[in-house]
This record gives sequence, structure tokens and C-alpha cells, in this order.
Amino acid sequence: MASPASSTTGIGARIPRRELKRLLSGQGRYVDDIKLPRMLHACFVRSPHPHARILSIDTEAAKQAPGVAAVFTASDINPKCEPFVGIALHRPGHRSAPQSLLAADRAVWQGQPVAIVVADTRAEAEDAAELVSIDWEPLPAVADQIQALAPGAPVIHPELGDNVAYDFSLEKGEPAKAFAEADLVIDEELRFERQMAMTLEARGLVADYNPGDGSLTVIHSHQSPFQMQEVFSHQLHIPEHKVRVMSPDIGGGFGMKLNIYVDEIATVVASLLLGRPVKFCVDRLESFVSDAQARDHHIRCRIAVKDGQVTAMELDDIGAVGAYGMPMRFNVAEGMMAITIAGAPYAFENYKARTRSIYVNKNLIGMYRGVGMPFACITAELLTDWAASKLGIDTIEFKRRNYRPKASLPCVTPGGQRLETVSFHECLDKLAHVIGYDRLRKEQQELRGRGIYRGLGIATFCEQTAYGPPYYGPSGASISTQDGCNVRLEPSGSVRCITSLTDQGQGTLTSIAQIIADSVGVAIDQVTVAGGDSAISPYGGGAWASRGTAIGGEAALRAGTMLKKNILSLAGAITQTPADALNIVDGHVVNRKTGQTVISLADVGRIGYFRQDTLPRDVDVQLSVSASFVANDKMYYMANGVQASYVEVDCDTGFIKVIGQWAVDDCGRVINPLLVNEQVRGGIVQGIGAVLYEECVFSDDGNLLNGTMADYLVPMADAMPDIVVEHVETPERSTQLGAKGIGEAGLIGAMGSVWVAVNDALKPLGAKILHQPFTPERVLDALARARQGQSS
Amino acid sequence: MSDTDLAGAEEVEIETVLNGKPLRRRVKARQHLADFLRQELELTGTHLGCEHGICGACTVLLDGRSVRGCLTLAAQVSGKTVDTIEGLTESGKLAVLQNEFIARNAAQCAFCSSGMLLTSYELVSSGERPTRAEIREFLSGNMCRCTGYHAIIDAVEAVIAKSADKQAKGRP
Amino acid sequence: MKARNFRYVRPTSLQDAFRILETSGGEAVPVAGGQSLLAGLNLRLSSPKVLVDIGNLAELTGQSQADGIVRLGALTRHRELLSSELVRKHLPLLARAATHIGHVAIRNRGTLGGSLAYADPAAELPACSVALGAVLVLGSLAGEREVKAEDFFKGLFETDLRPGELIVAVKFPVVQPDVSVGFAELSRRHGDFALVGLAGTATLRDDRIETARLVYFGCVDRPKVAHAVSAAVAGLATPLPDTSAFEQAIHEDLTPDDTPGLRADTKLHMATMLTRRVLNSLSGKAAA
Repeated sequence: MASPASSTTGIGARIPRRELKRLLSGQGRYVDDIKLPRMLHACFVRSPHPHARILSIDTEAAKQAPGVAAVFTASDINPKCEPFVGIALHRPGHRSAPQSLLAADRAVWQGQPVAIVVADTRAEAEDAAELVSIDWEPLPAVADQIQALAPGAPVIHPELGDNVAYDFSLEKGEPAKAFAEADLVIDEELRFERQMAMTLEARGLVADYNPGDGSLTVIHSHQSPFQMQEVFSHQLHIPEHKVRVMSPDIGGGFGMKLNIYVDEIATVVASLLLGRPVKFCVDRLESFVSDAQARDHHIRCRIAVKDGQVTAMELDDIGAVGAYGMPMRFNVAEGMMAITIAGAPYAFENYKARTRSIYVNKNLIGMYRGVGMPFACITAELLTDWAASKLGIDTIEFKRRNYRPKASLPCVTPGGQRLETVSFHECLDKLAHVIGYDRLRKEQQELRGRGIYRGLGIATFCEQTAYGPPYYGPSGASISTQDGCNVRLEPSGSVRCITSLTDQGQGTLTSIAQIIADSVGVAIDQVTVAGGDSAISPYGGGAWASRGTAIGGEAALRAGTMLKKNILSLAGAITQTPADALNIVDGHVVNRKTGQTVISLADVGRIGYFRQDTLPRDVDVQLSVSASFVANDKMYYMANGVQASYVEVDCDTGFIKVIGQWAVDDCGRVINPLLVNEQVRGGIVQGIGAVLYEECVFSDDGNLLNGTMADYLVPMADAMPDIVVEHVETPERSTQLGAKGIGEAGLIGAMGSVWVAVNDALKPLGAKILHQPFTPERVLDALARARQGQSS
Repeated sequence: MSDTDLAGAEEVEIETVLNGKPLRRRVKARQHLADFLRQELELTGTHLGCEHGICGACTVLLDGRSVRGCLTLAAQVSGKTVDTIEGLTESGKLAVLQNEFIARNAAQCAFCSSGMLLTSYELVSSGERPTRAEIREFLSGNMCRCTGYHAIIDAVEAVIAKSADKQAKGRP
Repeated sequence: MKARNFRYVRPTSLQDAFRILETSGGEAVPVAGGQSLLAGLNLRLSSPKVLVDIGNLAELTGQSQADGIVRLGALTRHRELLSSELVRKHLPLLARAATHIGHVAIRNRGTLGGSLAYADPAAELPACSVALGAVLVLGSLAGEREVKAEDFFKGLFETDLRPGELIVAVKFPVVQPDVSVGFAELSRRHGDFALVGLAGTATLRDDRIETARLVYFGCVDRPKVAHAVSAAVAGLATPLPDTSAFEQAIHEDLTPDDTPGLRADTKLHMATMLTRRVLNSLSGKAAA
């Protein structure tokens, strides 16, 4: 374990994100704030049809429009880039049609880019885009996965033969037998509509190709500059050491800004062709038809219970992944993670599951916070809650009896999950206490008597965080799960750090600063941390899957420890003291036993950099060090948590209010409780939004009907509850830092707890709501069905 | 009717007081205030999140009241005062709010924060004593996707309590 | 999304504004608060050639009361409906409704005249003006004319405004002390446009409804005076225990369409529920 935390500024301290003073003064530098000399602006002409043939494109009028530098179509852009084939090599049978940057003779989703207009200003580019004339022949569109699977359905990519991207099944133990012998079987079909990350800052980049030396610099609102360096280099045939990708201040990512976007790469090609910087910032309208989306699943789920014990679960999942496989960030992941993680907290060994990823004429599904884990949580928690209810067992008691006991760890679940340092019982016990469970149940009962329907939902989850090489390596995706940290003592004694991590608001760079401060022995205000520059940072991954602090933090810990060792070695040489008799405390080299200052860091720096002439010949000054970290064999660090929602359903109108929300989370060692708790809160509100408000509404033939912020409903402050966050800390054992990931826990748990809570509210009325989001109409319909005697 | 017979012009001259200083500029009629600030004046602290008035990221003060920069033309501000995050920071008027936000980590990516702060400033300057629910409602036109709002409400509540405290004790 | 190109003019007087609108051949549109128009321009939903900024014309401002009529200038901002003593005292329905209009920043700019002229079927003020029996004062180069609010809204986003005409002011009969007002709307989020809304006035005697004037919005193409429902509830004692007294009448008065995610029958159900809540709120008793 690292040395004990410095009480106010090191590991364990509550420190706000250090960039906030600058950002809250309006001094942020987000990608749209950046201006380069001779920079042009791009916008795209996009397919208005979900599926259509392009008969002709006429760009002449557009090219003549004021301010226009160029109008490019597929014939200009596509030859410069290798087509993408978004398949995972280690998933036999995973198929995708190749995807080129611009649609050439056919568009397969509404919003697919067809032409790029580059002009002096965005306004002029948009004016010119309206002058691009395209002759379309609409084709029958496949709008959803059920339609896509039906016999005789149009096949979107004829070379694939059908619309199935991937079909995977697993089976462990004897599920058929368990279901046959069960006392109780519950079987339901859940539906999840398409949703979006809706970062407040939309996607964007400034692509700057310099024809003078053939180098490419991209300032990119992206979570992994290294991934994009590789993509730009590999796909566009630019030597990798001539590609630099930098992430500026970023206004939210949530996984959405991890994906690969043809419009972004087309922008880079435009810069290549024009030899000038080109900026492309997605505007809100186009974000609806171009950002990678999420969810969009049908899941049939079943549970078998015998003698009050869960004996089996089964999932049959069908996800509509859009028109192509997402390159590198494979969109079969939502289904795969749903079926492999569902039920993991519960001690049953019979399991059967199938996931199918289906092509439809819609925008691509990509990474978005949680990636399938919300489904895993919702299915298991709903089924166990209903089972407990049917058996007359309190839901918390049912969980206690059915969780995998600590004594059984480590174990591998039938879905294949490795559980090591999880803490299901501790989290549940703490939660029950924090929410005042008995009091809430009493209140709920009382209010039911007065015709007020409140629900209490408890949801447990476990969550893969911080994926390692075994996850991506075999897939063929060139994604590094290693992260690194350069740390340097400045001549004046302060510390400068560059990490490979990126920060979209979660405060990762602050956590790194805390770790560096602690491991070197300085106050945090003596440390600066920069991140996310593929040319300057050590090679690494970036931010996704709740990995930053866990992995990059471990690298920082190593680097800081190395720097301290080197400083002490030099200090020892300067002061003629054995290095192991020294320590660094608060920026000073001190006698380890007496605490007396021996030499300041500033003096060490001054001598180490400018007065080497005063040092013995054999003293090797190394005041700048680099360290990386990856756990070669570690698939992920499994974290866990539990949440509770207390909701009220207005059965007259179908409106739902979340009255209270609580979370008890175990993300291992908590480096910064303030940042961690705020991550959880933010994730929770996204989760509430997902269950109650958010959906992309499509017509039957695949047209997006609600593509504005007035119609896609992101939750606002007045409808959200106060949120209590508590922790259990079970440190990850394989690292020194002991931290696991936290970024997605809030959303995963909240989706589970709100699903369960709303259904709990409807129990006395015999109603179930199974279609997310729970719009007022869906609630009213569920109540109507119950009144008519249909349970679902 | 030929365009030359039409009233008005595609570019107009405006005179405004921006962040306390007089400003005279030719502006494009079609350019909204947020783009004028960001592109012409390089005051990029005001952000664009939706450009149709819903998200609140572009909120600035017009004659001292919060408005959407994307739903105001640059041309419309002639004869009025405009205050942005930069000006209100420089003058120190936002300092109390900013410090409370920072202390609670009531911002993460901070893309919403300019708008959130300016809207909060209107509330705390009003002299009202809103309940927590009323604070939530006042801020419900400013979208935040990162924080879940709780810390923001805490920050604004704290500022209002502090200023009410000061008032009660007779301090300015 | 950047607006298409257009010209901007700021008339120096109301007459100047009328002249510009009259002589523009239909290519000029007025902009006051701009909260609807400018969003539409940013979304490239329309392409006017000239924007006539009437937002500073003194002739369109002001609040006054005389002879039982409160006159509000067309440029009365939504915010002012909340802060004005005159409105709170004499037109409490407007003050109630205004809290539902958008958010603070929208209310700081949006205007009464703009809301009525735009005539969004899900907006609050058109329905309130009909419920209160308001009269719109319309001006043009030809002079002024007056139109009753309930005759002004002709269809979906369609009003009686003639080319070259502007709403100059709105005259509201003062709400008498013995008249109760009711207002409620269902919207997915606070400040969103209403899915279903109801604005109304009623006279009560001993908690019994004598007369009611109920106007629905949100689930209709323009504010709908619900004559059948108003008749059905006359004479009823509040609080109403259920909706049976007026369910049939609601089906007579309202014929909503199916829209994505909200069917006609759901809208009718919500309207029915809302009606009971509003009626039960009239007497000041908590809705059961």
C-alpha cells in the first residue's frame, strides 16, 4: 500500500476538480473555442432517408456558393481511407459490411453523411449544403430488430445474407431441469428504446494536416487520443509518428466520444485534401442522427426459484445495432455484457442465455455508459424482486439469502464473471440502514391505504471496470489498456506530470495529482497534471469503462514512487547521507527519523539541473521518469454496489416522481470521495433519465420523430431527487492503489432501482410496466391492462 | 419585390455596453448573440449546446436578466447591456457563487457552468429566499448532464443562506 | 444550426413598423421576444427576408387598468405577468399560468403578444386569454380593430392576424372577487409545452359550481372552450368524487389526434383527470 495519505491533499482527500476555477471563469478551451490560422469549417449533407439509393449528386451550385472552399463527395473522400469493418475477431461469426466514410451509391441510415461542405464559416457551409442536390430513390427500410428478423425482411447488406450481425449463446449447468423443477418461474419480456448520451458539448474536432511535412494534428473532443492516432494513421496511411491527437477541455463523454465516426474522419480527409485546418463541430440537430446511440433491445428474461433459492436464470436478448458494426468499440457489447453479467450477484449455477445483434436501418449503436450492464442489473433485480413478492419474502431478505456468500469467493459465475473482492452483503446492509428501510416500507403501506402508490426498489449490481488486455487483445482492436505517466521535478522544486489519461469532467487529472503528491511527498498545489496528448503523453488508453484512476492512477503511483527514489538518491549524494535515511515530506527532503529538513526540493532541482559540476562523476541525475501500468492477465476489476429508489406513481396521469435515491458503492479504494460521489450522482440522474424520460422515437419506417432537445427529454433539476451516496471499500488486491472504477456505477444501479421501484408501486394494482422509458402513456396502459385482468 | 426594396440591412451597427464597457460594432443580422460573442469577440466562455433555447448553456445577462444567447440576435442588443461569464468573473460579482460551486464540485465538464452560474446569479441577486424546491425550479432551464444537480443546488442554497445571513446581521 | 441570411430593421415607431410590414410584400416578419421565431430560424424552419424588431416600441408596452379592464401592452414579458401587482390582483389566472411558461430566461424575453400571435396549441397564454374573455387590439396602417380572443385562434398556428397587422395590446376584463380561477397542465418536464392543459374560471356558491368557463389546450389545435363540460359541471358540488359527471362531455368537446407516444384516448383520459383536479382546486380545497 502507498504511504499514508497526506491529510488534506493526497489520496483520500476531498478535492474538487482542479480545473474548475479556470473553467468556471469562462476560460475553458473546448474544441469549438479553438481557432487556427486559415481554418475552415465543415458541415455535412446527410441522408434524410433511413434507406435509399443515391441516383445522382450535383454539387456545382454548392461549390459556387459564397465562402465555399470545397464540396467533397464519396469519390473524393472514400479513396483516401481504408473502409472499416467493425467486427471482433475473437467472436467467430461476427459480421459487418464494410463502412466507407461517405455514402456512395446507397445510404443505410437516416443521417448517414453523403457530402462534406467546407467553407469560411459554418453558416456559409450550411447555406451551401442546402444547394447540394441529390436524387434519392427511397428503399424499404428495416426499422427494428423484430422486423429485421422476420422472414422476407429486406436484407440491408445483401452480401451478409441476412440482418444478423452476431448470434451467441451460452449455457451452464442444467437450466432446463432447474426450470422444470422450480416452485416458481417468472417470465417477462422487457423492451428498451433507443437512447443517447446527449453530452452537452456535442462532438467535434479540428483537423490540421500540414502538407509541408505531411504531419497531421487533430484537436479532438475524444476520450482516447491514442485510439484516434492509430485510426488516423492506419486508415489514412499517414506514418503514425507524424500523427498527433490532442484532447482539449471536453464537455462530457460518457462513452459516446469513444466511438469511431465517419464524419470526423471525413473531416480529416478534407484537411488532407485542402492542406488547411478544418473544424467540424456537430450541431445539436445532427447529433441526433450521427452520434452513436445506445440500448434498443428486446430482452426476454426468466427466473427459477425453488425453496426460496434462485436456481436458474435465462435471458434471450435481441439488440438492434444500427446499420454497421462499430469499428473497435464493437456494438455487440451491449448484448454480450447483458447476458454474461445478468444475475452474477446471485448464487445459482444454471444459466442459459442468447444474444443476437441485428442490423437495422438506423444510426450505429456504440459505447455509452454502462454498456449492457444496466440490462444485466434490471433483469435480475426485477425478477428477484417479483419472486420475493410472490413468495411473501421481504425483498432484502430474499437478496441476503441468495447473494453469493463471501466464503464462496473468488468464483466464476455461470455467465463467466470472475468475482473476487465484491461485497454484496455489506453494501446491502449498509443501504438498508441508510435508507431507513423499515420506516419506508411502513410509510409505503400507510400511503397505499390512502390510494397513494409509492414504490421502493432495491437494485444490486456488479460492474466490470478497467478492462485489461485480455478483453481487447484477442478482438483485434488496437486499443491499449495500458496507461502511463511521466513525472518530472522542475528546477524550482515543483512537479510536472503528463498522463495518458483524459478528463471529460470526472476529475481524473485531479486524482492523478493527488497520487503524485502523495507518492513524491509534495503538496498538491505543487503538482500540475496534463493529459491526453498522443504525442507527448506516454502511450496509453484514455478514459472509458471506468478505468482512469484504477489504471492510470497505478501508473502514476509507480512513476511518483520512482521519482521520489531518484530524488532521494540525488539528495543523498548532495548531502552525503544514505538515501534510505531520507524521506520527502511536504516538498522537503527530511531525515526519516528526526523529521529535520536536510535539503529543499528546490535545491535538489537547482543542483540536479544546473550544478551537476558539483556532483561526483558517477552520480546519475534522473529527475524525469516515466512508468506505465497494465495487468497483462486481468480482464477487469469487478466492482459492485446497490441502490434504492423511492418513487411515487400518479395512477391518474401516469406521471412518476422519484422522491429519494440512495447508493452504496464499492469501488475499492476511494482516491477522492468528493469526485467519486459526484460521479455517482451524475450517473444516477442519467439512469433516472433513461428509465423515465429518454427515447429516440422512430416512425414505423425508421424516421426519427423527436430529434430536438425539446422532444428528447433529458432530466432537469426540478424533477430530480437529492441523492445520498455512501461507500464500502474493498480494495482491489492486484494493484498497489487498490482502486476500481466508478464512472458507470451510478447509472447502472439507478436504472435497476427505478425499474424495480416503479413496478413495486404498481404491485397492489396487479400491474407491471416493462417498456422503457416509462412514459405516462405506458404507465396508464399497464394499469389499464391490469384492470382488464391481463398481468402484462 | 426586389431585395433592394426591402427594409433593413444584412449588417447593422450596434452600440452596447458589454461587461461594463461601451462597444460599437457592425454585426451580421443573422448572427445570434452567442455566436457574436464567441466568434467576433472571442469571448468563448458562453457555450452552444443546442441552439434552440432548451439547454441553457448559452445563457448571458441582457439588461441584467438571464436570456438565451442563441435566441437573441446580436442586432437586438443595441442600446442594452450585456454581461457574460468573463465580465462577471472579472468584476468579482460571481466570486461567491464560483467558490461555492468549486468547493462542492458542482461542475464536472463545466460546459453548462457559464449558463448555470449566470442563472444562479440572477436568483441570488433577486433578494428572494427560495426553498430548495424553488431553487431547483429556477435552475430547471439549465441542463447538466454530469453532476445530477444535487451539488449545484447545495451551492446556490449556501450562497443564498450566506447573503440572507448577512442581511439579517445588517451587513451589506 | 445557423439561421439563413436575412435583413434586420428596427423601426423607430409603431407606425414605422406598420409601414415596413405593409410594404414588404409578405417578406418581413415581426420579432419581439424572439423565443419562438429565433429558435425556428436557427432550425431553418422558415426563411423570412426581413426581421422587424418591434421589441423596443414604447407604444406596445405598459399596463393599465380602467373601467374594469386591464390593458396589457403586447410587449408585456412573461416575467412581468409574475411580478406585476396589477396582474396578480386582477388577472390571477395569468400569474398562475406564467409559472409554466418555459424557464426564467425564456420568460425574461418572451412576450404576451408574441405568444398569442404564434398561437402554439400547447401554449398557456392563448388558452388563458380565451378563458378570461380577453379582447385583442390589432393595429396596422389601416388603424386598429378589436377581436375577441375566442375568435382570434382559428386553427393550428393560425390566427386572425392579417398581413401587416400586429397585436398592439390585450384587454382583459378584471376577474371579479367572487370568481375562482383554475389552471393545470400536464407536461413531461416543467416548462415544456403542455400535453394537456386546462385554464378556467368559475363562480361557486358554498362549494357548488354555479357557472364555469373551461378552456383546454395542448391536446387540441387551438384553445377549445369546452361548452359541454362547462354545462355538465354547472350545479355540481365540489370536491367531485370522480369524473363520471363530465366524462361524456369531455368526449364531446375534445377530439384529439393520435401523436407519436401519445394516443388520442390517452389525451382524453389525461384531460378528464386534469378537469377533476382543476374543478376541485377552485374552492380552495385540496384536490382529493
